[in-house]
Amino acid sequence: MPFGNTHNQLKLKYSSEQEYPDLSKHNNHMAKILTPAMYERLRTKETPSGFTLDDVIQTGIDNPGHPFIMTVGCVAGDEETYEVFKELLDPVIEDRHGGYKPSDKHKTDLNPSNLKGGDDLDSNYVLSSRVRTGRSVRGFCLPPHCSRGERRAVEKLSIEALASLSGDLNGKYYALKNMTDAEQQQLIDDHFLFDKPVSPLLLASGMGRDWPDARGIWHNDSKTFLVWVNEEDHLRVISMQKGGNMKEVFNRFCTGLTKIETLFKERNHAFMWNEHLGYVLTCPSNLGTGLRAGVHVKLPNMSKNAKFEDVLKKLRLQKRGTGGVDTAAVGGVFDISNADRLGFSEVELVQMVVDGVKLLVEMEKKLEKGQSIDDIMPAQK
Amino acid sequence: MPFGNTHNNFKLNYKVEDEFPDLSKHNNHMAKVLTKELYGKIRDRQTPSGYTLDDVIQTGVDNPGHPFIMTVGCVAGDEESYEVFKELLDPVISDRHGGYKPTDKHKTDMNFENLKGGDDLDPNYVLSSRVRTGRSIKGFTLPPHNSRGERRAIEKLSVEALTSLDGEFKGKYYPLKSMTDAEQEQLINDHFLFDKPVSPLLTCAGMARDWPDGRGIMHNDNKTFLVWVNEEDHLRVISMQKGGNMREVFKRFCVGLQKIEEIFKKHNHGFMWNEHLGYILTCPSNLGTGLRGGVHVKLPKLSTHPKFDEILTRLRLQKRGTGGVDTASVGGVFDISNADRLGSSEVEQVQLVVDGVKLMVELEKKLEKGEAIDSLIPAQK
Repeated sequence: MPFGNTHNQLKLKYSSEQEYPDLSKHNNHMAKILTPAMYERLRTKETPSGFTLDDVIQTGIDNPGHPFIMTVGCVAGDEETYEVFKELLDPVIEDRHGGYKPSDKHKTDLNPSNLKGGDDLDSNYVLSSRVRTGRSVRGFCLPPHCSRGERRAVEKLSIEALASLSGDLNGKYYALKNMTDAEQQQLIDDHFLFDKPVSPLLLASGMGRDWPDARGIWHNDSKTFLVWVNEEDHLRVISMQKGGNMKEVFNRFCTGLTKIETLFKERNHAFMWNEHLGYVLTCPSNLGTGLRAGVHVKLPNMSKNAKFEDVLKKLRLQKRGTGGVDTAAVGGVFDISNADRLGFSEVELVQMVVDGVKLLVEMEKKLEKGQSIDDIMPAQK
Repeated sequence: MPFGNTHNNFKLNYKVEDEFPDLSKHNNHMAKVLTKELYGKIRDRQTPSGYTLDDVIQTGVDNPGHPFIMTVGCVAGDEESYEVFKELLDPVISDRHGGYKPTDKHKTDMNFENLKGGDDLDPNYVLSSRVRTGRSIKGFTLPPHNSRGERRAIEKLSVEALTSLDGEFKGKYYPLKSMTDAEQEQLINDHFLFDKPVSPLLTCAGMARDWPDGRGIMHNDNKTFLVWVNEEDHLRVISMQKGGNMREVFKRFCVGLQKIEEIFKKHNHGFMWNEHLGYILTCPSNLGTGLRGGVHVKLPKLSTHPKFDEILTRLRLQKRGTGGVDTASVGGVFDISNADRLGSSEVEQVQLVVDGVKLMVELEKKLEKGEAIDSLIPAQK
């Protein structure tokens, strides 16, 4: 495996042309940006923990392109990756995040009282609401690169922090490797259980190593707040419930995250964050807020309307099937969420979802009545 | 001597207990041999090319066990792996290869004249005959570890060597990445085409990186001699034909391999070999001869006889379905081949197949006539 940098030194015996990957059939952000000259300049470098250029790009080489989605094609192995390999990652970030410049600053806002409305989405249409993000724990390498010792340390810290939550956030941790059959079945029925990644996008970057060691799921007793430990990021935090009260979901999300962050800070392991990239995560696509806020919403008429895609674009929203990314919609029910991650705050992104979904439901109702939607078409946000 | 291996040294910050893998649910040779103490003793080592203990064992950590076969659970990244990690690999080799000791010497005999008989297996029963082995090229690291530059250099050398063959070996090389649809279809119909590994045993060891770069297939015009480049080993060499003339298959095998080896030697890249382990290959299970000589043979009656498995054990043979390892037999047709790889020579192993299959066909014929076979059950070879 290409995880040792002694090996990186050995590779320098081969010319840059000999080592440069064949990206002729590739369609991902990394392949669009990387050039032989850039490869030559960056291939001698390594981060303090030994993550190399080939480590960063391996997933993009092994996965030439996705039919539906422009994949990123590179990952970070630690916090320093984004600095050491900025020559590659800055343009990738710019390409992926709508022109975000190396000099731009990202704003973090996890104050739920700054969200206007969001508690009255029509539950005849909005079936469920959910907000998720990721967090990386400073001082440890990221999932593509971390050793078993590091992963277990992240788990231990997480269990400690989560166990001290109380009230509505009182809950329990289920380690993947010693779950009972009954517990496993319950978690599957609740749609909480995550399994060993099968996507080659993740496996090719080394995130499946040592599975299921130090991976687990924590959720509160009311099953509205859920944390995944050591899946694609150190932590994935999810707040969810049936119906359209996104305000409540976002409240719980912010409150829970803030408490967890405090607990980690107390143990001298804050979350990875900086004022340029916001929260630092494994995949460059999740930088900034790492936040995806969305609803499952019935839009059988709207989704067949010729203007559907255009409306989504103007609202800065994206659609997915109800199985998540890469799935198809079933029965006219769509997963609608914010398209952006970086360059907007958490509050701003959830506001876009709240306002946008409210409008989409209005449009659906109009189309149901055979009315036109032309007069309520939104401007580009 | 190696440069510092940053990531491996980084891991030394964590205690042995924290880094030692959880092998409690595992059933492979590596898991049987590796103890916490042994892990602690050799975890700070690396080969000259930077291959570490975690690299060696990752596939065994990620793949706890195979239902039908006791898997090896560790791989070599270069020739030196077998020396640097001998405390782990010697017992694994001993376990896997019938008690082969660290002091034992392996005999190589590629002189086809030394095979007795083998040209008269009854083609009414023996449908096809085949001999395969692998070879590693000195001076390059192995498929779990090698860089694109190394893999391409191996391909270049291989193409040169293989396309210079003449007579019955004259043939053509098809690189996987620039095959036409027609060529691909033909290679599939001939049962020659190998595809990107899907077995997690292989992918977890890093062998599928950069696919299909540097990979290809050469076969002679007669389609009886075939070489795979950069799949699980640098080279996999196969001689095959319909019917029961194993003698002819083995002759072609030896002659072809010898010619190829000469060409590689001229370029100062002989095959990896030593007098203890014979031919060095990626998987410890293929050390020694790396040879699997086998036939597809119709044994509908014998295969349902209660003594079938015992006969195979005594003859030092193993059965597989006709799709290869891990497949079931169809219509009473079995793949029967030598069980051993290390500690006996090529000639000896093929002799076992020839003699053993001859006997089994005799037993089949007796059972067809309703006669007993007890008097013909062989002694342990």
